[in-house]
Amino acid sequence: MRIKEQKMRVRNHQVVLNRSVGGDTGIFVFLAIMGVFMFLPMYYTFIQSLKPLDELWMFPPRFYVSKMTGKNFSDLFSLLNTSWVPFSRYIFNTVFITALGTFGNLFLSSIAAYALAKIPFPGRKGIFWLMQKSLMFTSTVTAIANFLTLSTIGLMDNPFAIIIPAWGSTMGLYLMKQFMDSSISDDVLESARLDGCSELRTFWQIAMPMVKPAWLTLIIYSFQGLWQTGSSPYIYSEQFKTLNYAIAQITAGGVARAGAAAAGTVIMMIVPILVFVITQSNIIETMATSGMKD
Amino acid sequence: MDELNKTQSSAEEVAQNDLHESSVVEGENNGKKKAVCRKDMTKAQWTWKEMKRNKVAYFMIAPFMLVFILFTAFPVVLSLLLSFTNFNMLEINADMIVWFDNYTRLFFDDDIFLLACKNTLIFAAITGPVSYILSFLVAWFINELSPRLRALVTLVFYAPSISGSVYLIWGIMFSNDSYGIVNGVLLDLGIIDTPILWFYDEKYAMTLCIVVALWMSLGTAFLSFIAGLQTINKSLFEAAAVDGIKNRWQELWYITLPMMRPQLMFGAVMAITGSFGFGGVVTALCGFPSVNYSCHTIMHCLEDYGSTRWEVGYASAIAFVLFLIMIGANTIVNKALSKVGQ
Repeated sequence: MRIKEQKMRVRNHQVVLNRSVGGDTGIFVFLAIMGVFMFLPMYYTFIQSLKPLDELWMFPPRFYVSKMTGKNFSDLFSLLNTSWVPFSRYIFNTVFITALGTFGNLFLSSIAAYALAKIPFPGRKGIFWLMQKSLMFTSTVTAIANFLTLSTIGLMDNPFAIIIPAWGSTMGLYLMKQFMDSSISDDVLESARLDGCSELRTFWQIAMPMVKPAWLTLIIYSFQGLWQTGSSPYIYSEQFKTLNYAIAQITAGGVARAGAAAAGTVIMMIVPILVFVITQSNIIETMATSGMKD
Repeated sequence: MDELNKTQSSAEEVAQNDLHESSVVEGENNGKKKAVCRKDMTKAQWTWKEMKRNKVAYFMIAPFMLVFILFTAFPVVLSLLLSFTNFNMLEINADMIVWFDNYTRLFFDDDIFLLACKNTLIFAAITGPVSYILSFLVAWFINELSPRLRALVTLVFYAPSISGSVYLIWGIMFSNDSYGIVNGVLLDLGIIDTPILWFYDEKYAMTLCIVVALWMSLGTAFLSFIAGLQTINKSLFEAAAVDGIKNRWQELWYITLPMMRPQLMFGAVMAITGSFGFGGVVTALCGFPSVNYSCHTIMHCLEDYGSTRWEVGYASAIAFVLFLIMIGANTIVNKALSKVGQ
């Protein structure tokens, strides 16, 4: 029953059990190698966007920049302005799709998640089972059928062809439901109901403020998906194309545009990363309840 | 369950007092008593009663369900139905229905589809498990770091999966001329004397695509593992040390993994779905179609028949096969995982 003395180690002012020095060193080396592998491509993209043209095509290639320049970014903006649809239109489209899609998804998912988590209506197990199953296949499977559906209901070449399907994304609903299951106690809701609070009001005024981390996470997930909307088979008019599409066109421009392309990639990647940095603790809190029960 | 029993017994009392009023308790203020004596009703009646009592719930899920059914559930059914036809967007005629012709053509006549199946399965069989184990190991290793450091490491490992088209940098690093980093370094060191084509060479394309896939695969499952590890009660480990657990691997096997089972199951769904749904990146790096179809996956077949040749019936058959593969893989793995630590 006695813990052997040599097993006791102190780290961060706390006694840690069952941790050998050799193991710690091995793990550190593993993490360091993996970290470099993960980080290097990101770093290299960033460095590329700051290189002047002569350094971009230098042999052998370099991992650092000697004459840093912002010219790639100004090139990118002047290139975007030469297209016959003004650049601001692409930004507007991306923001429009992202904002409407995200808030629609947030609203529909959270109200449905509340009903699934907290109202014992017949059929909710079956419905939630269906939602869980839908996490198991990607939208590649549904793309062709959706094309037919969207053209039948006349949403072709309309930003809503991207926005409306995004409202029904199950990832956010799943996380929200799991989080509500564990973080809202039934007693609170029950007493609200006894006080004559309607189900909708209970949802809006009592449940929603309690699940802030979950709706932040839902917003981030939906945002990440929609922000990167590129070319879509449902949209063919230039005035409805997105920012990602416009930047991809420049990237496809080849050697002469390598700098501008790197700048575009950096702009597209910096936004989701910043958003994640700001909301990380909320996302982790939500993910703690993401587990599936069997 | 307790509540239900209580309601039942109280309703029974009422029933004893006055037989006629047993089902008219709804008039009372106490909401719980609305659940009337269940014994007096058939299952259907009881369900109907409950449905009426909770009808607001159906209104609450209705808008979401409408969108979900229209764009996620119905398309699967539609794909199945279309897969029995030779519908091609242009002509609608009476003898459209071809029953299983599309499927026999897929599995006995279409060499490229079979090659794509093989590639997809190799791809998924490597990236799925490796990314899953990698996600877990990294999450587990960084679990003991201080919160600030852990947040930083999380960002470094998670960032590639949310950065959109940043994977294109792999195309530049492994570019097929001497300006690519890898060719540059190898040429400089004198290991090779002509640049290697990398993504355009059958020998390397698949391997490189797998590396890129792994690079950007530490996504939702990874976050779920990090969060799950944080919630395990620390006193369990102390108790385990007293009980004779000798090292971190035993701790992992006997405590951490069983405690993490829900997250492990969720992570598996994410990893499997991710490993099958990986087509766009290959197209961007290797071109479409890739050299000698060396990286041709089911997704590419689907794209080919669905949006290039407009053979919707045939493409639907491919989509449905892909659907079955994804669901099948998920079901098997989840069955296996539900036994962890039991």
